[in-house]
Amino acid sequence: MIFGRGERTQRSILQLGIRPDRRWKNILMLGLIHLAAAVALVPLFLVFYHVIKMGAPALNWSFFTSLPTPVGEKGGGMANALLGSLILVGLGALLGVPFGVLGGVFLAEYGRGKVAATMRFCVDLLSSLPSIIVGLYVYTILVVPMKSFSAYAGGLALAILMFPFVTKTTEEVLRLIPNHIREAGLALGIPRWRVVLSIVLKGAIPSVSTGVILGVARIAGETAPLLFTAFGNRNWPTQLGGATPSLPVQIYSYAISPFEEWHQQAWAGAFLLLLIVLLFNMVARYLVFRTQMGKAR
Amino acid sequence: MSDLLFFNGLRTLALLQIFVFLTILIFLFYFSRQALAEFGWGFFFNSKWSPNQQQFGALAFVYGTLVTSAIALLISVPISIGSALFLTEIGPAWLRKPVQILIELLAAIPSVVYGLWAIFELAPFVRSSIQGPLAAATSFVPFFQGPPSGIGLFTAGLVLAIMITPTITSLTVEIFKSVPRLFHEGALALGATTWEAIRIAVVSPSASGILSAVVLGLGRAMGETMAVTMIIGNRADISAHLFSPAATMSSVIANEYAEADAGLHLSSLTAVGLTLLLVSLVVNSISRLIVWRYRSFLKGVTK
Amino acid sequence: MSLKSAPKLSRYFENQMLLTSLIGLMALLLSIRVFAATVALTGAGSTFVEPVMTKWISEYQKKDASVSVNYQGIGSGGGIRQLSAGTVDFGASDAPMTADEEKGAQKPVVHIPTVLGAVVVSYNLKLEKPLKLDGTTVADIFSGKITVWNDARIQKLNAGVKLPETAITVATRSDGSGTTAVFSDYLAKVSKDWVGKAGKTVDWFHGSVGAKGNAGVAGLIKQSEGTVGYVELVYAAENKLPFATLLNKHGDLVEASTKSVSLAAGGKVVELMTKNDFKLSITNSDAAGAYPISSFSWLLIYDGMAKEKGQPLLDMVKWALTDSAQDMASSMNYAPLPKALREKVLARLSKVKVN
Repeated sequence: MIFGRGERTQRSILQLGIRPDRRWKNILMLGLIHLAAAVALVPLFLVFYHVIKMGAPALNWSFFTSLPTPVGEKGGGMANALLGSLILVGLGALLGVPFGVLGGVFLAEYGRGKVAATMRFCVDLLSSLPSIIVGLYVYTILVVPMKSFSAYAGGLALAILMFPFVTKTTEEVLRLIPNHIREAGLALGIPRWRVVLSIVLKGAIPSVSTGVILGVARIAGETAPLLFTAFGNRNWPTQLGGATPSLPVQIYSYAISPFEEWHQQAWAGAFLLLLIVLLFNMVARYLVFRTQMGKAR
Repeated sequence: MSDLLFFNGLRTLALLQIFVFLTILIFLFYFSRQALAEFGWGFFFNSKWSPNQQQFGALAFVYGTLVTSAIALLISVPISIGSALFLTEIGPAWLRKPVQILIELLAAIPSVVYGLWAIFELAPFVRSSIQGPLAAATSFVPFFQGPPSGIGLFTAGLVLAIMITPTITSLTVEIFKSVPRLFHEGALALGATTWEAIRIAVVSPSASGILSAVVLGLGRAMGETMAVTMIIGNRADISAHLFSPAATMSSVIANEYAEADAGLHLSSLTAVGLTLLLVSLVVNSISRLIVWRYRSFLKGVTK
Repeated sequence: MSLKSAPKLSRYFENQMLLTSLIGLMALLLSIRVFAATVALTGAGSTFVEPVMTKWISEYQKKDASVSVNYQGIGSGGGIRQLSAGTVDFGASDAPMTADEEKGAQKPVVHIPTVLGAVVVSYNLKLEKPLKLDGTTVADIFSGKITVWNDARIQKLNAGVKLPETAITVATRSDGSGTTAVFSDYLAKVSKDWVGKAGKTVDWFHGSVGAKGNAGVAGLIKQSEGTVGYVELVYAAENKLPFATLLNKHGDLVEASTKSVSLAAGGKVVELMTKNDFKLSITNSDAAGAYPISSFSWLLIYDGMAKEKGQPLLDMVKWALTDSAQDMASSMNYAPLPKALREKVLARLSKVKVN
């Protein structure tokens, strides 16, 4: 006899151990969680399928190796845009990753003062800036004085888009590391800077790198900030101080044109971009995995 | 000594970031001064936008940004949290890594491709499968009405939801991973069902972390330009209909900047950029207020 | 079991190799000056001429390998702004520069007409023959005054054709554009309501739908039956969209084609252009057989450029006016300039100075 419970509950507690409404709620919520994960992936497959379906006619070896050709001529490709994207994303990451990660380290480790509070505030606002405003800003401060579009300007715009995001994710992730690890390091007499770099940061490399990878993936697909900074180029990029092509800009140019064959090239370009980012994702994760290999788990 | 160097080095970096922000702010103020001088505070509260008549007001775009972002959050947050729970708690171990990589791949799709896909695939789908039945079933509620083109606030919000899901999911996964297993096991030991244990021991303690992930996603949603421009219909209207065309602050800048006449039009577009900054300031302040007010509730037991 | 998976020494070498290759890659990137052609020219402007520009550039670079030209279609206004800022060497625009814009430029700008284009009224209806419309009807459709396809006024112009009772959905441009400028310029000439309302951006009536770019409007038209919109001829042709035959000022029913568009630039136009520094609107032409919504597209170059870039640029522009180049354009659905006009333009070009 279980006191204070009705007949049905008595029976269920004795037989099943769990009240039926709790049981059903459990099944429902678990089902919803599985559904959520599935629903999150549905758009990915839809978009991928659409990209491949529309771009397949244009995917061939010459696409990856040749320059764009005028309409009506066969064999055009996006090789120069691929190189340009690599250059631009490389420059952007070169500037944005250290800035972002170290900024996040500062906020997580020394995050109490006024400077930190102001910085947090500024970074929050920066992370919601429209990408086109960043492009226009870099245009005004770099392109106009230089009187030339350049990879530097494009890379800077991408870096400005990237670093607030990386700062915030790094800060969040570092703050999740329990303080006793830091205290243990300090107790052993290790200087603070080494504790932060070699213990805290090193331990958080997988998490921090997730943020970095997401940030790089995002800027690899940005169009608007590059329109007024790196511009675009149907030839090979010959210097970092000149107009530089990129996959998203080339995709956009082709997509708004009236020609079906250029549309196909746009989709093929989108497929190429996705492939590159996937490759980068896997390589980066592998490298991170290598750093973790020596650790006892 | 080296500690001091490290601290100052980091602090210089922080100051540099603040400096970048300030220069962007100055840039926005400098180029909006003509519009602000002309319209004053009324600029932020006026919804009439007409380059021909040289009348500009940002309210319609503020509305568009807020509504699309709200729709994006409403759709994306449950899905992201659910996916994060799947990835950390209840998904089969062999499935977790692949699914995580796939979700991160969503972030890799260029915004242009999202826009194009939305025009060709999503808009017809929304028009026939969502807007049609919904409008028919709720014909007495004007909110669910709108021109049957599939292009408008709802579709834009839907695309944004898809775009911000990987961001929120990834960060939430990290947060869930860092909750001590102790609480979960303790809850289970006390007889909680799987879901109850998750709710008590994983989700609740992470509430403030989840909020920061959501704020990060919100920032992305408010600033997204290309995809929204292509699918939102670009009309400076404030409409009560969920499915009608509208415009966001980012989309109007992308749309009109290239052809805007120097002078009042260009200056007003920059002023819209400034408005976006102000709106995100307000939104961020509200989220900080929530964190502060309910900090004891949100912080749970981990900190 | 050892916690390290590889002997310490080889790990050290691996890291060194990684570092060295990274540095090497960076050095390579920073020193890229590969295949640098002698002269690199950059141009920006109208998206309308982008296809023919890419064709011309590709052909010209085959003829003269010392020049490398990069043209990007960012919109006519964008082209004008970049030219004025000095970030590009030439611009391309579907509308002539205004007096204010010319004041903002660093040096005097020469307008060189290169090709002609047409804006067509395209629609999504299943009809056996193309729809026939006149100026005032078009203007009223785009003002929202005519709301169904079987309206009496449209029916009158299309005797014998069964028009459906479908509502008219009007698709317009939401971004500023030269296409809108040309189209509204025409509307202002055929309808009193539109006087003073022409421009790159128009306040369209409430109830019309806006899309970005010619591609966006074409997409809207394709999407649902009963939609009507205005697009460049080449977009309607490539998307296989039907477009209306228009009644021109001379009284002829004209279908848009490279021939009828070129006719709009014949006769008196050549003299007028030469007198007016080659800036002229040719919409609502009263020439026989001329398509009423035609317009020039111009290349914008500075008078007094430095010789290094100026001379190759002038050479290229001169080549664009030759028969072979103009034939290439017409095979791509662009109307070539009449020969008489080309001669006048070449004469003007020869007066452009380079230092």
